[in-house]
Amino acid sequence: MTIATIAALASGRPPSAVAIIRISGPAAWTATALLLASSLPLPRRLSLRQLRDPQTGAPLDTALVVVFPGPDTATGEDLAELHLHGGPAVIADVLESLTRQSGVRLAEPGEFTRRAFANQRLDLAQVEGLADLIAAETSSQRSQALALAGGALGALADSWRGRILAVLAQAEAGLDFAEDEADVAERIAEASSARLRGLAAELDALLADAARAARIRDGLAIAVVGAPNVGKSSLVNALAMRDAAIVTSIAGTTRDLIEVPVNLGGIAATLIDTAGLRETDDIAEQEGIRRARHRAASADLVLRVTEPTSTSADEYPQAWLVCNKADTLAGDAGRSDYLVSALTGEGVPVLREALTKWAQGVARPGEPALLGHARHRAAFADAADAVRGAASASDDVLRAEDLRRAAHALGRIAGRVDVDDILDCIFSQFCIGK
Amino acid sequence: MVQFDVVVVGAGHAGCEAAAAAARCGARVALFTLEASDVGTLSCNPAVGGIGKGHLVCEIAALGGIMGDVADAAALQSRVLNRSKGPAVHGPRLQVDRKRYRTAMAAALARQAGVEIVVARVTGLSLHGGEVTGLITTVGEIEVAAIVLTTGTFLGGVMHIGDQRESGGRVGAAASSLGEALRHLGLPVARLKTGTPPRIDGRSVDWAKVALQTGDALAVQFGPTPRVREPQLPCGVTRTTTATHRVIRDNLHLSALYGGQIASVGPRYCPSIEDKVVRFGDRDGHQVFLEPEGYDDFTIYPNGLSTSLPPAVQAEFVATIVGLERARIMRPGYAIEYDYVDPRALSPALEVKSLPGMFLAGQINGTTGYEEAAAQGLIAGTNAAARALHRAPLTLDRASSYIGVMIDDLTTHGVTEPYRMFTSRAEYRLRLRTDNAGHRLTPIGIDHKLVGSDHAEAFIAATEARTAAQGLLETLKASPSALKAAGIDTRQDGIVRSAYDWLRFPVMTLDAIAAVWPELISISPALLASLRVESTYASYLDRQDNDVASFRRDENVAIAHSLDYRKVAGLSHEMADRLSAAQPTTLGAASRVPGITPAALVALLPHTRRAA
Repeated sequence: MTIATIAALASGRPPSAVAIIRISGPAAWTATALLLASSLPLPRRLSLRQLRDPQTGAPLDTALVVVFPGPDTATGEDLAELHLHGGPAVIADVLESLTRQSGVRLAEPGEFTRRAFANQRLDLAQVEGLADLIAAETSSQRSQALALAGGALGALADSWRGRILAVLAQAEAGLDFAEDEADVAERIAEASSARLRGLAAELDALLADAARAARIRDGLAIAVVGAPNVGKSSLVNALAMRDAAIVTSIAGTTRDLIEVPVNLGGIAATLIDTAGLRETDDIAEQEGIRRARHRAASADLVLRVTEPTSTSADEYPQAWLVCNKADTLAGDAGRSDYLVSALTGEGVPVLREALTKWAQGVARPGEPALLGHARHRAAFADAADAVRGAASASDDVLRAEDLRRAAHALGRIAGRVDVDDILDCIFSQFCIGK
Repeated sequence: MVQFDVVVVGAGHAGCEAAAAAARCGARVALFTLEASDVGTLSCNPAVGGIGKGHLVCEIAALGGIMGDVADAAALQSRVLNRSKGPAVHGPRLQVDRKRYRTAMAAALARQAGVEIVVARVTGLSLHGGEVTGLITTVGEIEVAAIVLTTGTFLGGVMHIGDQRESGGRVGAAASSLGEALRHLGLPVARLKTGTPPRIDGRSVDWAKVALQTGDALAVQFGPTPRVREPQLPCGVTRTTTATHRVIRDNLHLSALYGGQIASVGPRYCPSIEDKVVRFGDRDGHQVFLEPEGYDDFTIYPNGLSTSLPPAVQAEFVATIVGLERARIMRPGYAIEYDYVDPRALSPALEVKSLPGMFLAGQINGTTGYEEAAAQGLIAGTNAAARALHRAPLTLDRASSYIGVMIDDLTTHGVTEPYRMFTSRAEYRLRLRTDNAGHRLTPIGIDHKLVGSDHAEAFIAATEARTAAQGLLETLKASPSALKAAGIDTRQDGIVRSAYDWLRFPVMTLDAIAAVWPELISISPALLASLRVESTYASYLDRQDNDVASFRRDENVAIAHSLDYRKVAGLSHEMADRLSAAQPTTLGAASRVPGITPAALVALLPHTRRAA
């Protein structure tokens, strides 16, 4: 079994000014060389080369070519990049010429990253961050993902692991060396219950913040509810500035949830258009209404849309009351927070501005929230749980056992806990030995 | 010369235990020593056991070994260290009489059929077809199926006192030149150092000025034979002073360690007094234990004063210590450098992987401590006999014992300093206790014929008693209100618990138990204590059982010895190098090689074989 060499378009969707094809694996250089009319460039030097079809000799493109020797590359393998003119036909021809060669195939989605991981170029947390980076559509998600890929999550886990190891080292020193040196016993107090409870509380605060991280990752959910035919779908389209939801004058047009992504000042959010809330015998519509209520209950914000003639029902006391159809308004709008007209656009910028302000308040962009992944939250939650266990442990051995569990939980994020780490920590703090 | 199956070279703690174990297995054993009087010499401190080390002695005893019994016979003080901590880390320790220890060890070997002590020097090894077939000695050439080398600090040993250096393995004993032979065989040999303190005449100590530490009233012992203890002797406890530290600092350049004479690495947990002053200069004093060396011996071992300073400086700093102002030094302390073999060259059976038939145990594997040495000796001796007698080898894993933890650490991680046992090295610490050492290991000892019939019968009886007691405890139930009626105050949570579950509540003292369930009085206190530990740790032990199951799954996945890691697809150069150096025998061992990633383990999977 030999490792396949993989090739794929690494830049955005064509057509584009420049398209980059990346080739990684043991045959990356030879496969590239076969396409070149002249010699391979020197490693790490971007050079202009003519590309031709190795079988027919037909010219393919004039490209900038660069090769990198493994293992110090993004994937840890030999790597080549072809910077082409970004036409779809050129890209297809070049990829075709590459993958015709034996041992070279198109990369699976994420395969470059997986290889980088397999070759220790990235840790698991960085890989997950990178996957999010690729998916990030808004600037705020990008900064969270960058913090992860740049190792901020690993650094956070490491710093927490370090703090727990320091306490663990004291607990372990108390077990292995308390009889050797009196000062060990004195300093074990640092692994005291009060201190441990403090650590657990800090971890809990971090986890509470993690809920925010999950919201940034998944996007804030804004449910748009209201009676039938008050113009919910029109309002969603107006806020999203595109025709995503079908709008008719027939009440009950929207039956299922329609999710429309919007960008609120760099923060990803989803507007959820829902079925109008009314008594109905239509089974499909009943189900739509049930879903609407369910979604509204779990949304970060509810916009309750009314029209000037509505009699207000206080079903969602936390909701923002948005009175639509301002263009038809004859007199008093009644009780409402925002007066808009989806039809004329009147008041929509004000509402969008208010939503943006709200989104920024909830998501706090610029402060990367790190525990966006369920796996990372679970590791921190396990650690918090174990530290709480240690705080209430009746026996020093069980206390150390719980602290070991906490250190292991955090070690799972970016590495592992070795006994040697603990011993190093002990020996640097204590004068051990008779 | 008589025909032998196994030759053990060196009669220290590893060698004695190896010879005894091989003989118990039925092998004819020659135990080579340079001096007949050297058998069972305690080169350093006069104590056996302690935290972690006590576990090793109990495990040796559970496998039929002799160290515990010998220490019992020579004990002059008995203490359980860590008594205030959880039972998993209780460390039984005996201070022993140096002369009686030697005598008792010689007697134990004399009682063991099949061991012959040979006073001679081994000068070389004979090989045939890449295997060890015999050895060359000053009394002629001997053919054997297996050799156990336990050369201690004698392999290329050099002693340092100040700028004076002298070849030798211990004061008054010559060094061995076998190290060269091992280097020629291509074994990875490197240097380590250790040290010992000056010895002091107890009659010159001002005992009125030092605190005394006495033994436990209820003396523990390691072996099964009950011993009547003579009056226990106390140890003294004193401290160094800022004056001590000043003398040492002023003369640091004269120390072999700091004067550049010694480059090799010493143990961090047993530092010389020079190290302590340099590394922890802010302390105003370091503890010194004054340990008696025997009932009819005035020598005091000042534990904590290991040094390689010149004798005059040693005298000067000793005189600054409380109680030692007029102390007379009988013999100066010294540092010693010696050869060891990188233990990653060994299999878990302690056999040199590239030299079948050659087994190594003790300091030659980079460890320190009598107990560590004896435990390896037992395993190496058993496996040397297994090779000679064509039996299955004995290997212990990390979930079974401290012995297993130690050997796995040595063979997968190697050493960077002399290796000593700590309880923190054991990930399954709650399971690996002194109170259940027999339960864990004696059945294995019986399988490998290491355990005599008396011991085996006693074990079977103890197991039956344990099963019966546990059954009884689980049958008997009580509610908190029933306990209250018997005068025992617990939280009235209305939960009916078994007697076994109630054991974990501290309020359930022996008296309380007797008040509620008179039928439990018949259970021996030691057995009840052991069951109480199991009950207390139950929820943690259950969780560890899952960990152990997954650990053993990986332990049962074998990696071929001949695997060329550079040809494993998906394995980086770095991973391949690390694995090639460590040569792990199982996937589990590979996962413990430092720096090995989960991805590398996945890449190894196609090259492994799951044991039946």
